[in-house]
Amino acid sequence: MLKLRCPCCGLVADETELSPGGEAHLVRRGPEAEDDAFEAYLFLRDNPKGPHLERWRHAYGCGKWFIAARDTATMEVFGTYPAQTKGPPAEIVDKIRDRVPGWTAPGEAT
Amino acid sequence: MSRRLTSGGRYIDRSAPQGFTFDGTTFEGYAGDTLASALLGAGVTLVGRSFKYHRPRGILAAGPEEPNALVALGPKERTEPNQRATTTELFDGLTARSQNRWPSLKHDVGALNQAVSKFLPAGFYYKTFIQPRHAWKHLFEPIIRRSAGLGPAPTHADPDEYEHLYDTADVLVAGGGVAGLTAALAAGRAGKRVLLVEQMPHWGGRLVTDALPDAKEEAGETVAALLSALEALPNVHLRTRTMCAGIYDHGYVLCHERVSDHAPAAGIPRHRLWKVRAGQIVVATGAIERPIAFPMNDLPGVMLAGAVRDYVECYGVTPGDTVVIVTNNDDAYRTALSLKAAGIAVPAVVDARGAADGALPAMARAAGIDVRTGQGVAKVLGKTGVEGVQLCAQGSAGEVTDTIACDAVAVSGGWSPAVNLWSHCGGKLRWREDAAWFEPDADKAPTGADGRAFVAVCGAANGRMGARDAATDAAGVGAAAAGGEVPGDLPGVPDAPEEAPLEPVWLMPADAQIEAREKMWLDFQNDVKVSDVELAAREGFESVEHTKRYTTLGMATDQGKTSNINGLAILAKALDEGVPQVGTTTFRPPWTPLSFGSIVGEAKGSAFQPLRRTPMDSWHEARGATWEPVGHWRRPYCYPRRAESAEEAVEREVLAVRNHVGILDASTLGKILVRGPDAGRFVDMLYTNMMSTLKPGRCRYGLMCSENGFLMDDGVVARIDEQTFLCHTTTGGADRIHAWMEDWLQCEWWDWKVHTVNLTEAWGQIAVAGPKARKVLESLGGMDLSAEALPFMGWADGTLGGFDVRVYRISFSGELSFEIAVRAGQARALWDRLVAAGDAHGMAPYGTEALHVLRAEKGFIMIGDESDGTVIPQDLGLDWAISKKKDDYLGKRAQARMHMTDAGRWRLVGLETLEGEVLPDGAYAVSNEKDEWGNTRTIGRVTSSYRSPTLNRGIAMALVEKGPERMGEVIDFPIPGADPIAARIVSPVFYDPEGEKQNV
Ligand SMILES: [Zn+2]
Repeated sequence: MLKLRCPCCGLVADETELSPGGEAHLVRRGPEAEDDAFEAYLFLRDNPKGPHLERWRHAYGCGKWFIAARDTATMEVFGTYPAQTKGPPAEIVDKIRDRVPGWTAPGEAT
Repeated sequence: MSRRLTSGGRYIDRSAPQGFTFDGTTFEGYAGDTLASALLGAGVTLVGRSFKYHRPRGILAAGPEEPNALVALGPKERTEPNQRATTTELFDGLTARSQNRWPSLKHDVGALNQAVSKFLPAGFYYKTFIQPRHAWKHLFEPIIRRSAGLGPAPTHADPDEYEHLYDTADVLVAGGGVAGLTAALAAGRAGKRVLLVEQMPHWGGRLVTDALPDAKEEAGETVAALLSALEALPNVHLRTRTMCAGIYDHGYVLCHERVSDHAPAAGIPRHRLWKVRAGQIVVATGAIERPIAFPMNDLPGVMLAGAVRDYVECYGVTPGDTVVIVTNNDDAYRTALSLKAAGIAVPAVVDARGAADGALPAMARAAGIDVRTGQGVAKVLGKTGVEGVQLCAQGSAGEVTDTIACDAVAVSGGWSPAVNLWSHCGGKLRWREDAAWFEPDADKAPTGADGRAFVAVCGAANGRMGARDAATDAAGVGAAAAGGEVPGDLPGVPDAPEEAPLEPVWLMPADAQIEAREKMWLDFQNDVKVSDVELAAREGFESVEHTKRYTTLGMATDQGKTSNINGLAILAKALDEGVPQVGTTTFRPPWTPLSFGSIVGEAKGSAFQPLRRTPMDSWHEARGATWEPVGHWRRPYCYPRRAESAEEAVEREVLAVRNHVGILDASTLGKILVRGPDAGRFVDMLYTNMMSTLKPGRCRYGLMCSENGFLMDDGVVARIDEQTFLCHTTTGGADRIHAWMEDWLQCEWWDWKVHTVNLTEAWGQIAVAGPKARKVLESLGGMDLSAEALPFMGWADGTLGGFDVRVYRISFSGELSFEIAVRAGQARALWDRLVAAGDAHGMAPYGTEALHVLRAEKGFIMIGDESDGTVIPQDLGLDWAISKKKDDYLGKRAQARMHMTDAGRWRLVGLETLEGEVLPDGAYAVSNEKDEWGNTRTIGRVTSSYRSPTLNRGIAMALVEKGPERMGEVIDFPIPGADPIAARIVSPVFYDPEGEKQNV
């Protein structure tokens, strides 16, 4: 059972206090979107074995959403950060690259 | 015939006899016995029947790995099935029953299955489930039903108490043998908070039992010294009878403590489930001995060699008077020495190896024991117990060279590290060719939140089988787990002679023919034989995971603790591969089964989940309401009067609303405040309708969809002021919709200036509906409720009878209707006033069912009835509530997808049965024409169906393919076991289609 620090209230919360929200930093596609782009937004998820940016809500705590940078295979948590960003902060990217050289956040230009 | 030795048995107290019954017969054992040792001591060797063939089964092991000796414990009303006799501590008054036999253990009818065993091969289920159908129903199923399953399920609710406890530890050590004790002491000396758990009631594991005779005293002192050193440390907590069940991500550990199984008493819990968060976990779970497959190796009296010496040394019990040892390693010679020292005849050690020249065999020879190398067992003789063994050359096909009379066989195929806990969280294993076992690969440990290993392993579980080696290993591992140094003053561990390597012998004899391999058991619990695994390999089930499912090898309560490696080795041989190439199946929690009661803990009965009650709850209860659970709320379903059925009550309540007036507790309705400069923009995105144009003082019915376009909630939105909307949701949807709003505000439109508050419980809400509703409210005195002052779909703040209220003129019944919101603390008082005022007008309280009937008569949809997560608003004819002007709203893009705009979608209609009968809820409509295979096609489904008291007939709503285009058409609803019901497609609005009654 994971332990994640909620960046809003600062508590380290058990997974049972949190609810998962899937892949983070999706770009919403609206009425103007072509079928392929909309399908990708609605259904297609990365599900990587390795570093992953995922949404969590401190549901039985402060109620705030945040994003966890976590390795899905090793369970290492590189950090958590508030949901109000379009990508992970630089220090988390650095931590991930320490483990996985050359790693880039989804959507980030290489 | 007693098998209790006249002396020995360091766990038992011969001055404290304990009476118990097994299958109704009374026996006596001693305090400190397990049920298994007490049964053996009483001469009971037949303890159960096997799963598939109902073969007689005796005790195989002395610990949690036991596959055979499963019993049902307790009197009938608190039966607990499938309990291992080997880990059940004896107490005075214990009752146990054997399982899987009928009518009795000795004369079992199911044993006939053996006669048909040819027809019950591996994969039997898969092969016969299919064809022929009649054979399954009349031949196989009755046999399977009789013989399948292990113990009987209890028939009564569990009367015992269980509790959950939470703990943390810097270092949790699993296993209290010499390795675990040493690791805990090393960690404890470093000052860390240490929790040491041991599944059995005793500390020290196998140390004393396995010590040679002249070292036993020293070994006992070692355990005592370790224990007293640990007990002196305030930061170390010791817990016996506590099984580490599973290790999970980030150091989460589940432990199962058997608090009072050994001494049942009122007032204390039976079991505890410990939920521990540990920084580091040290696995010191020892090793498990494995048997060797030889013909008839499942007869009662064939026992693991290590278990035999456990029984002799710990309990003063022998499994037989004459015991033959069968082995491929040196360790089993300890058993020969133990037995010999206890005065038991050991006519031979049958050693499959070509030579046995180590120190232990030498000691056995010196004790006068006949060591026969290069030999194997051709067959065990006996019917329900061992009567002798036939020997053969191990390298042969089984030609008998000698026969030895004996009444027990102690077998050892070597030991396997108990790696389960290591593996639970992803720790990897490596194959040790020289020792023929899988052991933890320390370089591939489970990693935690910091990316570093959080599980370490030591002692026999780490492949360090010798006691001194294990302790040295454990001291280093324990100290490292605590970030400390190895203490210099650890108690000494007696040395033991070097052991010669085992020879990986998995079956005897090496060239056994098929007839012999069909009588060699691998998995005793599931009746899986060598021939079954070979068959699985032949039939293409080459992956070990597939072989497991196909043969059931390693399934059920013991999860293959004694059969795993042997099965893998046989499979590897059949596939002509190495064991490491075949690999192991996945080890999953729990290590051994834990009770359902402990998992449930105190979450049962009224504590199972919270019950939400409205401010008027006690009134409903006093009025005799029958309840309906809605979300976590309970709501009155109806209020039956004396001698009235629920159906009659619902009809009366519906008619009261239609003809006079009714009152409904609507407090559970979700009420979410949305406020801020961007509130209008936000509700326009949430709802399919245009909400931002709503004027303060007005209400509008709105629909919410997911991004998939599917309808997820509905309700009335009231605009309070320029920046404020109050969004009503369904009762069950309040929390979900509030979370949904927050998701979008926090994660997508975080720059929008809006906040939301879930006010659901802050307000009581009362609906007064019916032609006389206005009269009732006006009689309280207060605000102007005339149609001019408060028109339909308007709201106003004011007072009623002195209460500050907000009144909404909205209607879910189609009648003149007011919904009155009042502060929750005043809701009951206002309710009482309204009820009193309503008496003069024939007012009746109505429940959720009348509410549903009233709305169905009006054709109003209900979320969860007309919607099911696959329905879009367009399906329900709600296009009028979908803005064409808005650029965007949640779900808009999805509703333009190809499947959503398909003209063939099922859409909402009303149904009138031709005979006025009530259609079953959920009934399916079929097309009249048949397809090329002669099948009819499903073309619709009833979503709501009621008897309408107003119309005095059955009415229904349904989703029907192209429904609105088929008005007047009659379609058939087949009813199982009865004639189909024919219904005409009509408008879903059955009552007052012009809406004249609500707008007065
Ligand atoms: Zn928080």
